[in-house]
Amino acid sequence: MSDTTNLLLSVTSKEALAKRKAREFREGIIQILLAIAAVSSVLVTIGIMEVLVGESWKFFTNPELKEVGIDNIFADFFNLVNPQWTVLFEEKHFGILTLLSSTLLTSFIALVVAIPIGTTVAIFLSEFAIPSVREALKPILELLAGVPSVVFGYFALNVISPLIRSFNQDIPGFNRLSAGIVIGIAIIPIISSIAEDAMRAVPNQMREGSYALGATRLNTAINVVLPAAFSGIVAAYILGVSRAVGETMIVAVAGGLQAIYSWNPLEGAATISAFIVQVSLGDIEFGSLEYESIFAAGLTLAIITLALNLVGFFLIKKYKETY
Amino acid sequence: MTNEMPDLVDIQVIRRGIKSRKRMDNIFIGVGLGSLAFSLGVLLVLIGKLLVEGGKRLFGQGIAGLWNFLTSVPDSNPEVAGIKIAIIGSFCVILLTAIIAVPLGIGAGIFLEEYAGRGDLPIPFPKWMSNIIEINISNLAGVPSIIYGLLAMGLFKYQLRLGETIATAGLTLALLILPIIIVTTREAIKAVPQALREGVYAIGASRWQMIWDHILPASAGGILTGLIVGLSRAIGEAAPLVTIGALTFITFPPPFPFSPKLVGEGLHGPFDWLFSPFTVMPIQVFDWVSRPRPEFSVVNAGAAAVVLVVMTLSMNALAIYLRIYFRKRVKW
Repeated sequence: MSDTTNLLLSVTSKEALAKRKAREFREGIIQILLAIAAVSSVLVTIGIMEVLVGESWKFFTNPELKEVGIDNIFADFFNLVNPQWTVLFEEKHFGILTLLSSTLLTSFIALVVAIPIGTTVAIFLSEFAIPSVREALKPILELLAGVPSVVFGYFALNVISPLIRSFNQDIPGFNRLSAGIVIGIAIIPIISSIAEDAMRAVPNQMREGSYALGATRLNTAINVVLPAAFSGIVAAYILGVSRAVGETMIVAVAGGLQAIYSWNPLEGAATISAFIVQVSLGDIEFGSLEYESIFAAGLTLAIITLALNLVGFFLIKKYKETY
Repeated sequence: MTNEMPDLVDIQVIRRGIKSRKRMDNIFIGVGLGSLAFSLGVLLVLIGKLLVEGGKRLFGQGIAGLWNFLTSVPDSNPEVAGIKIAIIGSFCVILLTAIIAVPLGIGAGIFLEEYAGRGDLPIPFPKWMSNIIEINISNLAGVPSIIYGLLAMGLFKYQLRLGETIATAGLTLALLILPIIIVTTREAIKAVPQALREGVYAIGASRWQMIWDHILPASAGGILTGLIVGLSRAIGEAAPLVTIGALTFITFPPPFPFSPKLVGEGLHGPFDWLFSPFTVMPIQVFDWVSRPRPEFSVVNAGAAAVVLVVMTLSMNALAIYLRIYFRKRVKW
């Protein structure tokens, strides 16, 4: 009984009030520190925008452009008819489509490889594999996702490219096809894991309804689960493309860093990201046209991936809301 | 179309239909396993090729050759060139990356799960602000790594004048893996049931006491897994470091704190290593694989890639193991 009285007394005592104040103060400080950590991620985005937009602005308004014979930089940059990207040469041209042709072609090849395999793996893991099998097999994909991209570049250059050339010796050792195939292999884990998540979010009643009508697992997967998970699966493909478009080291190693405007998969490649690597390897002067041009190229890449990511996240949100 | 309808009562037709559909099921199981086998096959061929080619340098001259490769500095002679500087560089860069990214990432994750959007905060935090942070993090997670390289070059190297140093590299990789750590921290905290929070509050704990004593221990497994996955990604990244000019031919490691200076008098300060030039494992692989001589581009690049893959895959395997271990242990 006396314990309770003491307790009641201590709660109202000055000492306890001071303790409570100290505790509230500490809680406030901790909240501020954690908020700073959370807000710092916004600063990263601001930093990226500042650098990309700022340096690109300097590039497009650089007076040196007139000196190298480019009167209208926008006409040159967005030249869709006869683009040339000759930043490191004497006569300079900045047709971004030159780099984009490599970027889009290697990404397309990557999708041709990754979509069938990634989707099949996702359907298999989500609809056919029992949980213990799924848990046993998924680490294979996670390990594949853990291979550094420069090592994938080595693989493209020293395994896939010789394999392609064994069919036809005239094909150059550096080509878009081998880079694209290996980018495809690298994005299989991304596509399969997002697509699998989308399919597993489909409620079981829909499957049970389908089974009750006499459908097999495959019937159910293709006619019920795939349409129901459609937005999530498209999101998987879009986020896969976004990754392929930004992939750097595979192309830098296996593409040969040749900025050619071409839609031939057997030519050498210099994607936007690989070009940035190429320029960084040389001695570039801060503030020169070469230096600023990689930010203009990088801004183009950032806008493309940002658009793809926004569409992808929107689609993922959509299926999460539906179920 | 024929006018004759198939006889639905004919049991043979039905059986045949069922049989063929079941066969399609089995064929698909084969295709699914085949696709997984393809992924596994690629991984095995990749590792096999690395071991066969890199093995010539790694295991060609016995254990002494392996030791020599791991502890030698770069050289123009492929048979004596080694990866000592790259290993030390990777270690220093990852150390700095972890020092920056781990507290920031976990802190941001805790804030977004346990503070943002709640009405009972000691200091109110606007809802729109937490929405912006959320959208921002999901976008940052999709930014290509080369763009972080441009950030490093434009902002850290030139505007902040940090130069081509370990400080620039560690900062860049920390920002790169920040979204990974934040997202996995949030998922781990989300998995802790609400009842635990209410129980802890009921016995008079403050918000931070609840988080520190109960939420963090309960979600430690998931958070740890995310940290390891993030750091293994940082170890393997070359693109954002190439742009700051890390591809240099360096034959001396960063100065150890308080070690005697090679040039001039006195000792190195405790933070001199942060501002010294460096190279890292993936850059070393890239440097060698880009050379024309196959002794470098195939053999030595393969040997360095073996060491790099052992680093990243063992970290990934550890993360997978931890995830399974904690999932088995924690039953909510």
